[in-house]
Amino acid sequence: MSATSASTTTGRAAAESARNHKGTIWRDSPIVATRNLRRVLRQPQIAIFVLIQPIMFVLLFRYVFGTAIPIPGFDYVQYLMPGIIAQTLVFGSATTAIGMTEDMKGGIIDRFRALPMSGGAVMAGRVISDLAINMVSLVVMVLVGYLVGFRIVTSVGEALLALLLLIGLTLAFSSISAVIGLAVKEPEAAQSAGFIWLFPLTFISSVFVPTAGMPAPLRFFAEQVNPVSHVSNAARALTVDGYLCGTEICTDPTRAVLLSVVWIVGIMVIFVPLSIRMFRRLE
Amino acid sequence: MSLPAIEATGLVKHYGETVALDGLDLQVPVGTVLGMLGPNGAGKTTAVRILTTLLRPDAGRATVAGFDVAEQPDQVRSRIGLTGQYAAVDEHLTGHENVTMVGRLSGLGKAQARARADELLDRFGLADAADRATKGYSGGMRRRLDLAASLVASPDIVFLDEPTTGLDPASRLGLWEVIREVVALGTTVLLTTQYLEEADRLADEILVIDQGREIALGTATKLKADVGGETVAVELVDTTRLEEARTALGDVAGGEIWVDERQGRLSFPAHGDTGRLAATVRALDAAGIAVSDLSLRRPSLDDVFLNLTGRAASEAAADADTPTEASVA
Repeated sequence: MSATSASTTTGRAAAESARNHKGTIWRDSPIVATRNLRRVLRQPQIAIFVLIQPIMFVLLFRYVFGTAIPIPGFDYVQYLMPGIIAQTLVFGSATTAIGMTEDMKGGIIDRFRALPMSGGAVMAGRVISDLAINMVSLVVMVLVGYLVGFRIVTSVGEALLALLLLIGLTLAFSSISAVIGLAVKEPEAAQSAGFIWLFPLTFISSVFVPTAGMPAPLRFFAEQVNPVSHVSNAARALTVDGYLCGTEICTDPTRAVLLSVVWIVGIMVIFVPLSIRMFRRLE
Repeated sequence: MSLPAIEATGLVKHYGETVALDGLDLQVPVGTVLGMLGPNGAGKTTAVRILTTLLRPDAGRATVAGFDVAEQPDQVRSRIGLTGQYAAVDEHLTGHENVTMVGRLSGLGKAQARARADELLDRFGLADAADRATKGYSGGMRRRLDLAASLVASPDIVFLDEPTTGLDPASRLGLWEVIREVVALGTTVLLTTQYLEEADRLADEILVIDQGREIALGTATKLKADVGGETVAVELVDTTRLEEARTALGDVAGGEIWVDERQGRLSFPAHGDTGRLAATVRALDAAGIAVSDLSLRRPSLDDVFLNLTGRAASEAAADADTPTEASVA
């Protein structure tokens, strides 16, 4: 019945494939993620963020701050590495907001929304590509860590569990970041709103220093509340076989792992559906 | 008689206090081109965004290809192509990657999307630039690429939202050619434009809108006829002789004659009689008055807009950009 603009065989075949097509998140997410990764690979300035900044932070903390931070029972580099990896991943996930807002501003989101694709795939594709980039940061940091004295002393299974928790942390913060991006809509606003709160969050934590010396309210937040502390502590227990619980050294990872999982799942249960809902309501 | 490809009744959309659409109706029969013409802020883009499922209307109803845009957005999306005002192509991807991606997301297989991209890029004169990042493309190339991407799934209906805004005249002509090709294939097209000439050249029917409402509908010929027929315009070498010329042309013009002193021009209705041109030349020659320009002038769509709204199209656009007096006070 339909008059299509198909003058050629490929055109007619295209029309046939496309009519009544409805994309699924499984089919469309890799297409969106591939597109996002291509964009990153073609913007060399992003390499600075992904590669050079993590290396610089590891070296600065290892050789400058670390020389003045005594950690009872720890080599500073052993204490530092699991924490600084968690911190870098949390910052890296803030790029989700920037990517979302750039796409909204550039009109690509409108194009996507007028296609019969899965709406969730736009979000999922963004989160997947950001995760891939963050994993590159992680690998680089582990390699640089090994060069400056970091050693994983636990089993492969424990190290993999640490990796899973770090991936979970990245996904959770990416989903918060997606909501921030959808709320602020402008890339410049995403640049500040996406990053600024991460400074207190990652510094009032067990990432760089022992929490025991902090003023009571900060110490309470850093030890009992902050998910970045919990994931850092869990990763420490699972890679360097211990973390500081108060002034003691704890080697049992159970508590830190459970608190990390509760936080990661809790954040995603709230922010994943919220971001999908906000995306669907875009106008 | 088949159903219209696009049908809308009573579309209303508010943005806060601003009324973007105020009860717009429209119908586009299958295989025809509707030109939606209006100044900036008239509601054209809002209408397109509603019809392409990007925006929900506050009131009213619309169907595209027989599917309700609010209730069955996926069926609509699988049958339309959209070319936006700001050329939504990814500047870090190549032309080929852009078209292929849209093809994949429209439901085409990998090899199929690539073959289709090759074909369209070739057809739109972008084959040589296919593997370059689009940030190096000219404005005209970007618009052609945007159009190629929107045609990748051979949609039944294509929406072109101000496809040539901001292009230089040569690129505009090039894009018109491409659009004509699309139309020739039987695609239904809804085109928005603020260029009166563009609607005149491309559209079967023109819907003139202002402040979110229809103010006229018809073919370009009909709209022009409503304004009045052709006029004979005469410009003099010596503009001090306008009164003399008016007297000399009294018989030819048959009474109705306008003098524009600033431009040094006289004009009068041709009443469909092209013989008046020759008569005009003879009368002025006999009176010894030298003519610098003589033309038979058709009313432009600018005249149509002026006639319908009492404002020139450019003034209406300025109105839309400035707050109303009420909101300033």
